Amino acid sequence: MEMRVENLVVGRGGVAVLEGIRFTLRAGQVMVLRGPNGSGKTTLLRSLAGLQPPMAGTIEAPAESIAYAAHADGLKSTLTVRENLDFWAKIHATGPVDAVLERFNLTALATRPAASLSAGQKRRLGLARLLVTGRAIWLLDEPTVSLDTASVAIFAGVVREHVAGGGAALIATHIELGLEAEVFDVRGLRADPDGTTARGAFEASFDAAFGEALP
Amino acid sequence: MIALLIRDLRLAVRAGGGFGLGLAFFLIVTMLVPFGVGPEAAILARIAPGILWVGALLACLLSLDRVFQLDFEDGTLDLLATSPVPMEGVVLVKALAHWLTTGLPLVAAAPAFAMLMQMDGPGQYWLMLTLALGTPALSMIGAFGAALTVGIRRGGLLLSLLVLPLYVPTLIFGAEAARRGAEGIAAGTPLLLLAGITAGSLALIPFAAAAAIRMNLR
Repeated sequence: MEMRVENLVVGRGGVAVLEGIRFTLRAGQVMVLRGPNGSGKTTLLRSLAGLQPPMAGTIEAPAESIAYAAHADGLKSTLTVRENLDFWAKIHATGPVDAVLERFNLTALATRPAASLSAGQKRRLGLARLLVTGRAIWLLDEPTVSLDTASVAIFAGVVREHVAGGGAALIATHIELGLEAEVFDVRGLRADPDGTTARGAFEASFDAAFGEALP
Repeated sequence: MIALLIRDLRLAVRAGGGFGLGLAFFLIVTMLVPFGVGPEAAILARIAPGILWVGALLACLLSLDRVFQLDFEDGTLDLLATSPVPMEGVVLVKALAHWLTTGLPLVAAAPAFAMLMQMDGPGQYWLMLTLALGTPALSMIGAFGAALTVGIRRGGLLLSLLVLPLYVPTLIFGAEAARRGAEGIAAGTPLLLLAGITAGSLALIPFAAAAAIRMNLR
């Protein structure tokens, strides 16, 4: 169980954002993805999760091993906490959700509609979904947004147990989680530091659409 | 997939889910037409199949932008795309949920509305039959339009423009079969064509709509 990434180029709208990405995420490993805002961390994670095709390079990972969690938690505000989690457990054909609710300290909120939760409680419920997916490789995009210190500690504990059980996690985050983690910085991998390729791509597609450049 | 269907139905009937919107719209159209056209029973009965079919079509259209948009906005669609459920299955289930909450109530209420439009017994039967055959196609084609416009903010207008031309064959054959049935003429041909549209859209659209969603998630 490992994820191997070779010479990966990821982009948005046909324009490369990051290039030359190369790493191996092994079982039992936590890797922290760092880089300034807008540097392409989300694009990279979405590509690894299979939501968008890579522009070049290879991503090798066992089939159906990836769980992805982004800024949006995919919660339905009119469903209760338990119904929200039950839905994902059924989609992934995993067992009862009581232990997961307990682990994220949500048992007392189980019958409340998700609309009445605070931002941090919603985030905890969103992260609880990871445990019911039963998947080994977690790709997490800013998982600690709006979590308080106690919840961050719960979350760090869950990640620690997950990797100790043979899982792996790639986490884009700006805060210190207190985990043994390798750091992968995307700063030096910008495909287009000054925006020239973006302009070039536009001109190329313009020429392709309308023929040669006008005199 | 059953879990997804149950969740969608539950969301539709809870507060703010929009259940009954189509039915209310259908009722309003049916009640307003006699005021506009005049109360002569003969005229009403003659135009009833067409009016009721147009009303049902517009009622379907009304709730289409909700099919994928809400799931797109709160990230559910991303998570479903990475889940073991195939996107084709998601499309099929979502269209089925849309039909169960919009199309099926219209079919069930059709005889009552047909009565408001002065249609007689066989006419009510034929209207119900054609709506039952045709509304699944409306939900499927609509799901395709919703999949194409899922990433677009306020895409409702574009969705209507895309979907309405695709609805025209269903409307023509549906209304024609209902009219012929009501007048006691053989209605086999339009009825078969209507069933063909429904069968074809059920078979093909899940693949097209799933491809459109994958493009829009990029």
